Amino acid sequence: MDVISRVNRSGPTSLSEATEPVWIRGVLIVLALGFLLLFIFLPLAAIFTEALRRGVGAYFASFKDPDALSAIKLTLLTAAIAVPLNLVFGVAAAWTIAKFDFFGKSLLTTLIDLPFAVSPVISGLIYVLLFGAQGWLGPWLAAHGIRILFAVPGIVLATMFVTFPFVAREMIPLMQSQGSDEEFAAISLGASGWQTFLRVTFPNVKWGLLYGVILCNARAMGEFGAVSVVSGHIRGETNTIPLHVEILYNEYNFVAAFAVASLLALLALVTLGLKSFVESRMGDERITA
Amino acid sequence: MSIEARHIIKKFGAFPALNDVSLKLETGELVALLGPSGSGKTTLLRIIGGLEYADGGQIFFDGEDATKISIRNRQAGFVFQHYALFRHMTVFKNVAFGLNVRPRASRPAKAVIEKRVRELLKLVQLDGVESRYPSQLSGGQRQRVALARALAIEPRVLLLDEPFGALDAKVRKELRRWIRKLHDALHITTVFVTHDQEEALEISDRVVVMNHGRIEQIGTPQEVYDRPASAFVCQFVGNVNAIAENVASEEKRSEARSVAFVRPHDIEIMSRRNGAPSLDAVVEFVHTAGAVAKIDLRLRQSGELLEVEMPRSRQTELTLKPGDRAFVKFREVRTFPPA
Repeated sequence: MDVISRVNRSGPTSLSEATEPVWIRGVLIVLALGFLLLFIFLPLAAIFTEALRRGVGAYFASFKDPDALSAIKLTLLTAAIAVPLNLVFGVAAAWTIAKFDFFGKSLLTTLIDLPFAVSPVISGLIYVLLFGAQGWLGPWLAAHGIRILFAVPGIVLATMFVTFPFVAREMIPLMQSQGSDEEFAAISLGASGWQTFLRVTFPNVKWGLLYGVILCNARAMGEFGAVSVVSGHIRGETNTIPLHVEILYNEYNFVAAFAVASLLALLALVTLGLKSFVESRMGDERITA
Repeated sequence: MSIEARHIIKKFGAFPALNDVSLKLETGELVALLGPSGSGKTTLLRIIGGLEYADGGQIFFDGEDATKISIRNRQAGFVFQHYALFRHMTVFKNVAFGLNVRPRASRPAKAVIEKRVRELLKLVQLDGVESRYPSQLSGGQRQRVALARALAIEPRVLLLDEPFGALDAKVRKELRRWIRKLHDALHITTVFVTHDQEEALEISDRVVVMNHGRIEQIGTPQEVYDRPASAFVCQFVGNVNAIAENVASEEKRSEARSVAFVRPHDIEIMSRRNGAPSLDAVVEFVHTAGAVAKIDLRLRQSGELLEVEMPRSRQTELTLKPGDRAFVKFREVRTFPPA
């Protein structure tokens, strides 16, 4: 509007005259809403209608199945290990990259992004090549009775690999935008590295960190491709929620499949809610003191 | 505490930030590191404070080698250009930080810390804002909090990096006078970096003029202004007219390409040629809004522009207008051997 009124001073002056005609605006709005309805709202509604097709009783019965329970437990366990570890690694990586200068920094930044660039299936295959019976470390592991592939450790490793960038990627730009002056000030006042991190850096990035953790957790629980390759699909043992949904669906057990899928849908909704709350708090962190 | 830097060398990649810099600062001095951006002044300050390590050379505190002492143990109070206050802490917590992070054995009791913080805030004239956050303070207030925070650790030296750089002109002037007074009361050896020569000349005991990673001159403000050691110092400290030497000396030497410097207040304007040797010029602009009258003249012979400053009473006598003919005489001309 500003530009238009400056360019053409004798022309339209009110906002409505300066925008597109009503019919164009109408078409654009309908297109956007239609897209949202078709690709976001309808699938979400479909999950819950399919899950509740045989009533609430059948819906909750799907979770009583021991295999479903085991899948839920395994998913929670995987996230409970992968997320805290990625939190630690992500914060360490972000702190290193954002606050220090060293040789190979850009290489490290690229490596952190690698899991985003690689297809999850390939990520899983890496572990098969490493730990599989024919893999590099397979024979040695077998000789020592350690099971990684087709067992819980493999699933955790694959999940960690895929979700590694979430925390670091969220933290690096935030820490960089805040600069290192506060840290320098803290150290010059006699604070140790730990004190500097805990009392100065961490409080400045805590909402950003929570944001990264929420995204990391959502992906850790929902990861399909990489986990599918390393899991071996052993029922009641190495199936996570997404893998369990696939099995149920392939067996035409639609109600149970959608019921379990609705858990992931709910997780997504909760994640979105938390995310927008945290985003509003994060605005404060970007303001420099 | 006295500070000595010996043969400091620092490179950023291929760029030599400091090129064999040596200087000695006496106990209780207030010293300005003055220079244009990229002259190495901030790098030198950061090396003294331990925020940066030199590639070569040594730093001595009170004659003791401090080169390898980490920033944490140097007891240097550092004040940053953009304050670097801890944004999530109140003013009180900011000032108390240096005391609160001490190991338990040497940490003062809570009541002692509280008393100390209140004293410091009183010293920087900020009592009453203890519970505010940095974002709720003005720039000048933030800088004073930063100063109180640095003073809390009883630093052996106070290092200020462009301390007034982010403030507006009026606050800047007030704050620098106030810092001078504070320094006179506390007598902590203080080094501050600035690119503003007025600031450096006004409050420091000695000025270190830097350029291209080297020290051009060290001296009192008077020495630096009246007896600049190089053409660079002459041009950087104070206003100056640079004119071709043969014009200034009125001798027709065809090979003379060197430059002569004349301060605007060392030029006398006369409306008539009074027999004395003088240069013919035309008035281009007259500015009288200010403490002194500023006249821009163009020399007829060489076409060079001269800035002249004189008392306004003198302009009242001369009543110069643009286009007027005038005759100029130089009271003092400085030339420097080619570098």
